[in-house]
Amino acid sequence: MSSIHIKLKDKDCQTIKEICESFNNDPGELINILHKAQEHFGYLPAEVQETIAQNLNISVAKVYGVVTFYSFFSMTPKGKHPISVCTGTACYVRGAEKVLEELKKELKISVGETTPDGKFSLSCLRCVGACGLAPVVMIGDKTYGRVAPEDVKKIIEEYNS
Amino acid sequence: MSTVKMHLLVCGGTGCVSSYSPQVAESLIKELEAHGLQDECKVVKTGCFGFCEQGPIVKVIPDNTFYTKVAPEDAKEIIEEHIIKGRKVDRLLYTDPKKQEHVPDSKHMEFYKKQIRIALRNCGFIDPENIEEAIARDAYSALGKCLTELTPQEVIDIIKKSGLRGRGGGGFPTGIKWEIAAKNASDQKYVVCNADEGDPGAFMDRSVLEGDPHSVLEAMAICGYCIGANKGLIYIRAEYPLAIKRLKIAIKQAMEYGVLGDDIFGTGFSFHIELRYGAGAFVCGEETALIHSMEGQRGEPTVKPPFPAEAGYLGKPTNVNNVETFANVPPIILKGAEWFSSIGTERSKGTKVFALAGKINNVGLIEVPMGITLREVIFEIGGGIKNGKKFKAVQTGGPSGGCLTETHLDTPIDFDNLLAAGSMMGSGGMIVMDEDDCMVSIAKFFLEFTVEESCGKCSPCRIGNKRLYEILDKITQGKGTMEDLELLRNLSEVIKDTSLCGLGQSSPNPVLSTLTNFWDEYVEHVTEKKCRAGQCTALKKYIIDEEACVGCTACARACPVNAISGERKMPHNINQDICIKCGACYEKCKFNAIFIK
Repeated sequence: MSSIHIKLKDKDCQTIKEICESFNNDPGELINILHKAQEHFGYLPAEVQETIAQNLNISVAKVYGVVTFYSFFSMTPKGKHPISVCTGTACYVRGAEKVLEELKKELKISVGETTPDGKFSLSCLRCVGACGLAPVVMIGDKTYGRVAPEDVKKIIEEYNS
Repeated sequence: MSTVKMHLLVCGGTGCVSSYSPQVAESLIKELEAHGLQDECKVVKTGCFGFCEQGPIVKVIPDNTFYTKVAPEDAKEIIEEHIIKGRKVDRLLYTDPKKQEHVPDSKHMEFYKKQIRIALRNCGFIDPENIEEAIARDAYSALGKCLTELTPQEVIDIIKKSGLRGRGGGGFPTGIKWEIAAKNASDQKYVVCNADEGDPGAFMDRSVLEGDPHSVLEAMAICGYCIGANKGLIYIRAEYPLAIKRLKIAIKQAMEYGVLGDDIFGTGFSFHIELRYGAGAFVCGEETALIHSMEGQRGEPTVKPPFPAEAGYLGKPTNVNNVETFANVPPIILKGAEWFSSIGTERSKGTKVFALAGKINNVGLIEVPMGITLREVIFEIGGGIKNGKKFKAVQTGGPSGGCLTETHLDTPIDFDNLLAAGSMMGSGGMIVMDEDDCMVSIAKFFLEFTVEESCGKCSPCRIGNKRLYEILDKITQGKGTMEDLELLRNLSEVIKDTSLCGLGQSSPNPVLSTLTNFWDEYVEHVTEKKCRAGQCTALKKYIIDEEACVGCTACARACPVNAISGERKMPHNINQDICIKCGACYEKCKFNAIFIK
């Protein structure tokens, strides 16, 4: 495995090592390890995946395969205020798509992207289970319910001041 | 002795938490303390009441007063008027939409009248973070009965006799599933709870876990006793942080109280439960995919047999049940198989929890006996369609289900009837649609979901669904042909017949059911290039009503492409060839003179 060039800082490598060890370096715990790593780094860049593979003694391809399979894992850094629009069925029939369009227009990014200043990122998620509040937008941990396209500007402004 | 005379139950489900119920609870506690009433009246943060539409909910016990949309500022009035002076705060009471009257307590609400709560028995009654409240409502006494009075086979027989069928979608008889897992000898077996609720618009499992986690833990231990397993795993979505938190607390408390762990009740039976996190993959609701995901791999399904009951998690016999199925088990043990099977229809016993959502007045979580009609659910419990619009369809079974219409409204709901009608029970999502919803777009919406969630292992699902989506997209763009409709149907049948797992086998259902039930609408899109719901932007036509138009020119000034012409104070006209259908004129018009066709 020495051929893999890892650009992570020693401190980060140590963190990953500790995370893997806390799960006994068991490849069966890969998903839990990835959850922890993403919690720490905010996302899972290639270098982090390589280091995890090395610690668990499995191929990088396997780690990459799992990371790309699950929508919860991201290989790009999220914005300081990650915005998620619920596109579950209940939100869809109550107009989530229009809200999403408005957000794209307002932030000038597409789904899966982050604004150049790193402030906002935009993603879709499937049902947070707050269907009574549909359509729902989440910014960080805060939930906005019954969002109309007209509200978008005001909501974004809360984070711009 | 406690002197608590009254309880204020504050909903702590995700829906109400999002609309600041924790702050409501805090203000209530502060107000009580300010009046020195903290020993007489207690604030309890419970699980979901089900009435999510008008949250946050505060319920006063013993008089069952049901306050809706309570804000933290309302706490003072509730305490001073209701708790101290005994006068209900009228403005916060639920208003019956039909009679336009305040309803004094929950017992008189249409929403609750037809419900029978078995799986949700404790949701909205107890503090889910306090095991003593659960025990006071019989938690773990069914486990005690099983361990001390019944043999594993006797327990299995009770479950079989009750007629309980899996609530996760398939409807497989639970007792038979347990029996098969019990018969496969092995040194190690596993009980798995499937809490990877992936259907968009369905949130019943989350509410059970948030509102009454102990019922699931208890049932898993009972299942472990039956099949000979001492290890349980709960596979839960990482998107459910509140449910995860409450499960962790519940497991810890259950271990401390000795109702989980080693040598439970001194019987020598041990049972431990761990959590495993999903990471957002719909296909992981399928048993074999779920097991692979728990093993740290890509959640791809494999061919059955071998069934998980033979070779599941780590190759050992594994019994997988869904959250709601487990929540039904303890009451069946305590009240008997006859009691349970007296509820429901001939082949579907008991109750079913549904998540009502969409264009309906009372969005929320309901539990109703099998055999109730869609009409009762939508128009009585659900309070009818929002804004007085006309009912068009109800989608059941999530992305694997189908759309049912007015003609199905009087069909009794059970596993078999829904299948016969071209839909399915699924996990219990029920999305109501009105006349403004385009059925072709709805089918497209679900296909977009399936395309994204297909694991890619088998070609019919990976490629076929993508093609279905493309054809549907073409139709909504106004470029479809009659041959496309034929192709949609044929391709759907092929995908159904040849896909590997349940996801692919059911993914064309939204297309097939809308083709059958809304054929006219498809034909209109294709031949007349018309979307009667006005949802397909490419087919929209904005037209000015000459009689209503006063010629104020507001629309013409708003139009970004100068498609509107007309003299001042004379009716205007939109040139359809130039119009880009942005809707700016429609929003600007103060005289409702512009309509969409």
